[in-house]
Amino acid sequence: MANGIWIFIEQTKGEIRKVSLELLSQGRILADEKGEPLTAVILGKDIAPLADQVASYGADKVIVIEDDKLTDYTTGAYTSALNKAAQKYEPNAILIGNTAIGKDLAPRLAQRLGVGLASDVTGVTADADNYFSFKRPIYAGKAFAEVVETQTPAIATVRPNTFPVAAPDASKKAEVITETAEIDPADLRAIVKDIAIVASTRPDLIEANIIVSGGRGMKGPENYVILEALADVIGAAVGASRAAVDAGWIEQKFQVGQTGKTVSPTLYIAAGISGAIQHLAGMGSSKVIVAINKDPEANIFTLADYGIVGDLFEIVPLLTEEFKKLG
Amino acid sequence: MNFELTEEHNMMREMVRDFAETEAGPGAEERDEKEEFPLDLWKKAAELGLAGVTFPEEYGGVGADYISYAITVEELSRVDPSLGVTVSAHASLGSNPINLFGTPEQKEKYLSKLATGEHMGAFGLTESMAGSDASGTRTTAVREGDEYIINGSKIFITNGYYADTYVITAQMDKSKGNKGIAAFIIEKGTPGFTFGKKEKKMGIRASATYELVFEDVHIPKENLLGEEGQGFKIAMVTLDYGRIGIASQALGIAQGAYEQALKYSKERVQFGQTLSQFQVTQFKLADMEIQIEAARNLVYKAAYLAGEHQPVSKAAAIAKVFAAETANKVATEAVQILGGYGYTRDYPAERFMRDAKITEIYEGTSEIQRIVIASHILKD
Amino acid sequence: MNIVVTLKQTFDTEAKIALTSSGSIDDNGVKQVINPYDEYAIEEALKLKEANEGSEVTLVSVGGAGTESAIRTALAMGADQAVLVSDPTLEAVDELVAADILAKAIAQIPYDIILSGRIAVDDGSAQVAVRLAEALGLPSVSSIQKLEITGQSAVATRDIDGGSETIEVPLPAVFTAQKGLNEPRLPGMKGIMAAKKKELKVLTLADLETSAAALNAGSKVTSYSLPTPRSAGKIISGEPAQQAAELAKLLREEAKVI
Repeated sequence: MANGIWIFIEQTKGEIRKVSLELLSQGRILADEKGEPLTAVILGKDIAPLADQVASYGADKVIVIEDDKLTDYTTGAYTSALNKAAQKYEPNAILIGNTAIGKDLAPRLAQRLGVGLASDVTGVTADADNYFSFKRPIYAGKAFAEVVETQTPAIATVRPNTFPVAAPDASKKAEVITETAEIDPADLRAIVKDIAIVASTRPDLIEANIIVSGGRGMKGPENYVILEALADVIGAAVGASRAAVDAGWIEQKFQVGQTGKTVSPTLYIAAGISGAIQHLAGMGSSKVIVAINKDPEANIFTLADYGIVGDLFEIVPLLTEEFKKLG
Repeated sequence: MNFELTEEHNMMREMVRDFAETEAGPGAEERDEKEEFPLDLWKKAAELGLAGVTFPEEYGGVGADYISYAITVEELSRVDPSLGVTVSAHASLGSNPINLFGTPEQKEKYLSKLATGEHMGAFGLTESMAGSDASGTRTTAVREGDEYIINGSKIFITNGYYADTYVITAQMDKSKGNKGIAAFIIEKGTPGFTFGKKEKKMGIRASATYELVFEDVHIPKENLLGEEGQGFKIAMVTLDYGRIGIASQALGIAQGAYEQALKYSKERVQFGQTLSQFQVTQFKLADMEIQIEAARNLVYKAAYLAGEHQPVSKAAAIAKVFAAETANKVATEAVQILGGYGYTRDYPAERFMRDAKITEIYEGTSEIQRIVIASHILKD
Repeated sequence: MNIVVTLKQTFDTEAKIALTSSGSIDDNGVKQVINPYDEYAIEEALKLKEANEGSEVTLVSVGGAGTESAIRTALAMGADQAVLVSDPTLEAVDELVAADILAKAIAQIPYDIILSGRIAVDDGSAQVAVRLAEALGLPSVSSIQKLEITGQSAVATRDIDGGSETIEVPLPAVFTAQKGLNEPRLPGMKGIMAAKKKELKVLTLADLETSAAALNAGSKVTSYSLPTPRSAGKIISGEPAQQAAELAKLLREEAKVI
């Protein structure tokens, strides 16, 4: 069977999510290993121009499903369209980014296809018996499970920042297949009334390469400006520990940890965060961890690559100045 | 014999612990510092049913057993002993005498509000000349028509000022000694009933301790609790049950202090190893655990007997004296383990140590407990 | 209004994870709690019940006998009754099987709204509730922050990356609760005492007219592992200005992350 690997390309208003490019890049490697084609699947409206972009990241084929009803993501319409395409082409695997959309879409699709799903995976390896074996964090990263799926397609949602994005090659071309969406009326029961995107110049927390996070040591909501200043100099997202969120200093959507977002940036700077186990669960897979805390006994120092025992209100602004100097 | 707590007991412990840690914990240090009564916490505790654990459901209580009550006070005190004694004094002292000795009308009028925590209760026995010896009671009550007229004062009254109803004792016939004492229910706001000195204390500083002053306080005859001359007995029975509350408070203090010491000893590194790796610390921790476990068994045993309507006087006295002495030993040792930090207000160890002392004093000093125990031994 | 809440018992979030000698997750001595996200679902259900007279909240769970304590806690919070599917023949339950079982159990009872936690903090897969909606043929809204019911329709606000989205769905429908939806109550003393008198119906697979053999898992765990512990790195000393300069340098030149 040469049905290959599918990558679900998540796009909003014609812009492809970074995680989809990560999956295309890694998908290329996996497809070569399997000797099977790599197919990118894009759903939406006016998205045909994206085909060239996904081709440049290594897709052999691009399936474009365009429909008015796919303009904005809805669980039903996307599930309906993707399910029909999957039934038709019978891919061996489907990789989806573990984003808000991916988390909502993948379980629906898997259930409709009657197959398993590995969620939030941080590793994909070829498996002789079961096509792929997926490594996924459980207990919020305190352990890992190796999971195989007993049937195809083997579906997984992959954590953003797990795989690097390869350099695009504009000379690469892909076969573009245009499919019409056949959406069941039953899948159109949910109506999107409003989408409120909060304009932010900072990267999204789960996709950010660098996160600057503040905890109880921030002492109050007014002090986040010093973290934001640092974040803006180094192009980071701002995060928070549960203590800061529960104290009402910062919105819940910024919370990193077991009951917040799980992140794995290249650099995680924890300022005034003691390092409770629930917090470590959400950021322990970060590549480099920096801790700034006035308490030398703070647990965060046990796993930080670089630690500064000191007053974050002094250190953080100085650090901001240093990075400005380095430009 | 069965040493297992029920599923309900475990659920209650979980709930009260959660409440204490999330609601009472964060401000405990500040309230101690500022001597600030935890009125908001009291209201929240009441919403969770903590004001009326053992009282009958028909009067708005929970209808649970005394072990549930012991667990409640223990868990509150593990985090905030001031809150623990507020609940204990309300339930055991301010409300229980009405539950035990009140008429159906008195229960309807007073217990129904106390059991839900809509009202707070307090108990007035101690006077400047009547501490451990209640027979020195100088507050007087005189019957006049359909009223009693109360004169005198009470000191060291836990929940004073904040409580809505007060069960107090007063002498009606000095020639009869203890048998001349009667107990009354007095409502806050009754003309002539005022509050005197607020005590500044060594520990449980967030709990309110006031003087009650009675100047020609007229109360209806319906507010006599029990019968004339029964007041001393009512007070003694109330204290027997009350000691279970204080023993539970002491147990909670010991537990809270011990957990502090345990946590610190696992984190603090000296001479290249954690304190907990030194045998001297291990022995200290083991001794703490031995005493706490023994205290817990004594406290729950007394609570069990209370729930079974068996005599509690001796068991409650044993539990109280042992738990109170355990609280003091453990809290002192906890400060020792924390060393210099333990002596500072940066850690709650010193607060537990200050809070522990009162458990050897109020609701019968440890000396009085031994007298009670001895009297039971020698009676048998 | 008939409100169904799915419930899962999980390890306490503070639990340390260890493996047994046979390589599975060691649950020995681990404190078990209601999945924290399910508590938001329960709270929302109780609020809906309080706002709509005559409503009932039914808990539905799949799990071992140990699950009963989580169910009792939820009953103590105020849910009216519970159904637990517990069957000794049921071994490894993946998300597909869990959803199928829940769907069969829920199909036996009346429902207008089904609430679940958006994720369980143990396996962290965030699948079962959405699968359940699919298995019952219902619309669903994931990760909601707000829910308003008007007649036979619901308007929910959900978290999306970078913002929020407001969605209207006809009932019955499934909603998964995100932190922030509400503040779960503690069970009061009276609730705890009342909980033991409430009905907890334990069903086997046979009661659902199925069997372990008829339920095909879509995935299986082949092994568990623990993360390689990170070790403490460099502590940068000196005056604050030196510390900041040194850190900036190390991040650029040694770690090469900026």
